[in-house]
Amino acid sequence: MKLKIALAQINTHLGDVPRNLQKHLALIEAARSQGADLVIFPELSLTGYVLQDLVSTVALSPRADDPIFGQLLQASQAIDLAVGFVEEDSRHRFYIAAAYLSQGEVIHIHHKLYLPTYGLFDEGRFFAWGDSIAAFDTRFGRMGMLICEDFWHASPPYLLWLDGADIFLFMSSSPGRGLSSAPRLESARWVEQLVQAYANLFTAFVAHANRVGYEDGLHFWGGSMVFDPDGVLLAKAPYVDEGLTFAELDLHQLHRTRARLPLLRDERTALVQRELDRILKRASQANR
Amino acid sequence: MAKIDLSINTDLARTILSGFIRSEIHRVGFQHAVIGLSGGLDSALSCFLAAEALGPENVLAVCMPYRSSSPESLEHAQLVIDALGVRSVIIPITEMVDPLIERDPEMNAVRRGNIMARARMIVLYDQSEVFKGLVVGTGNKTEILLGYTTLYGDSACALNPIGDLYKTQVRQLAGAMGVPEPILTKAPTADLWQGQTDEGELGFTYAEVDQLLYLLVDQRYSPQDCVAAGFAPDFVQRVVERVRRNHFKRVLPPIAKLTNRTVGYDFLYLRDWGT
Repeated sequence: MKLKIALAQINTHLGDVPRNLQKHLALIEAARSQGADLVIFPELSLTGYVLQDLVSTVALSPRADDPIFGQLLQASQAIDLAVGFVEEDSRHRFYIAAAYLSQGEVIHIHHKLYLPTYGLFDEGRFFAWGDSIAAFDTRFGRMGMLICEDFWHASPPYLLWLDGADIFLFMSSSPGRGLSSAPRLESARWVEQLVQAYANLFTAFVAHANRVGYEDGLHFWGGSMVFDPDGVLLAKAPYVDEGLTFAELDLHQLHRTRARLPLLRDERTALVQRELDRILKRASQANR
Repeated sequence: MAKIDLSINTDLARTILSGFIRSEIHRVGFQHAVIGLSGGLDSALSCFLAAEALGPENVLAVCMPYRSSSPESLEHAQLVIDALGVRSVIIPITEMVDPLIERDPEMNAVRRGNIMARARMIVLYDQSEVFKGLVVGTGNKTEILLGYTTLYGDSACALNPIGDLYKTQVRQLAGAMGVPEPILTKAPTADLWQGQTDEGELGFTYAEVDQLLYLLVDQRYSPQDCVAAGFAPDFVQRVVERVRRNHFKRVLPPIAKLTNRTVGYDFLYLRDWGT
């Protein structure tokens, strides 16, 4: 079985959801007309990234009766979608969220688990922390979605892997930083190495959609990419430029790679749990 | 002392910085940039970047000599204008500033320099309206950190493409972009009086202070760590104190908080809000 992914590496208008929606719909149609099965947008693709006090004004509910999501769900009749947005829950907490839409339905919502609040980041000031993680079934297999800082921690991808994810969708708005004499920014090197490492460690497909464009002095570097279960780069978008990048995933590669390298078969989850229990128990005793 | 490498990938810097100028000018509905061209390295680089970002026909270089300015400064500015094909205008500031300067025969060089820098700001913002362009800044990271700038004078701008490049990096990028040789090799100067040089006035070289600032700021070294890395203790102390003392030039004036929502504290939006 093949899965043709389109990475929608876009710039956004900060806080202007209707304008960003129009860009989404145009790229969704372009991806569909070029035979893609799934189009992946970056973190906060419907809103822009440094929202600060705009958070409460751009928040959405991922339901068919929401005017923005209504149109996205309509578009998902023809092609699966992963989009980034701000979700306001029924108790009026605001999350950095990603939605997977397929055939007119919301298949899964992920709330960002790790909110960077240091250096140039201030997410914890404006957003609620996500508190659960789960893989989900799609018509192409079981997937997991993570948002930027989530995959700087090893545990969320690991948990998704154990929960059955064979295709990882990573969505970022990664600000460029770390200029040196090297041909790419340090931020690009860090993320690219991480993403490739997960493909290798989990013998899984990993797609990463990153943003481009500027917000004040911040520059988002793009370079969206897809790796196969052998850690081989299938596709890479350019740095800086907007556009669609396609990758065709031969899902049977999972069979071949895992026949060669049965890391998933050999994963010792009971040992992990036993040792984690011991470590946490010891830590709680030490804190008494 | 260990070698500290400040060299940058100039292709990458050029792409990011020209894209920044284009984005930040176009997104607010402008097409043009206005730059005060002194004949020095920083404004030459900003002008090269703006010309690359917007097209030379959309950049206005404004030369603003004072009667004591070195003729060489104007010649060097002209080299940039000719190399790029940007639009240009010469607006001398002598007639603007002399009446104010002449009111006080005791006026020192710092006051005269500040008046000149602020007069140039007035000219630039006036040309900004005439040319319908945004003022592109020319302050580098070294002078921003050291506060070697006139508040509301040469520091005033709508956007600054080179403010995260140390002076030695400015020189490297300027060389890669083709800034004319005489500008690359001459001693940096504010050109407020004859023979003035930045390094003479600051009391250390850019090569030295850039390396120290890189450790202090970028690498988060403590002053003690910098001394351990081989910098003279009094030099470290002078620079640390200078950075702290000049922080007021890097922030907006504090507003006294009275209400539940106050600009600067809990009314938080990027400038690019809505664009």
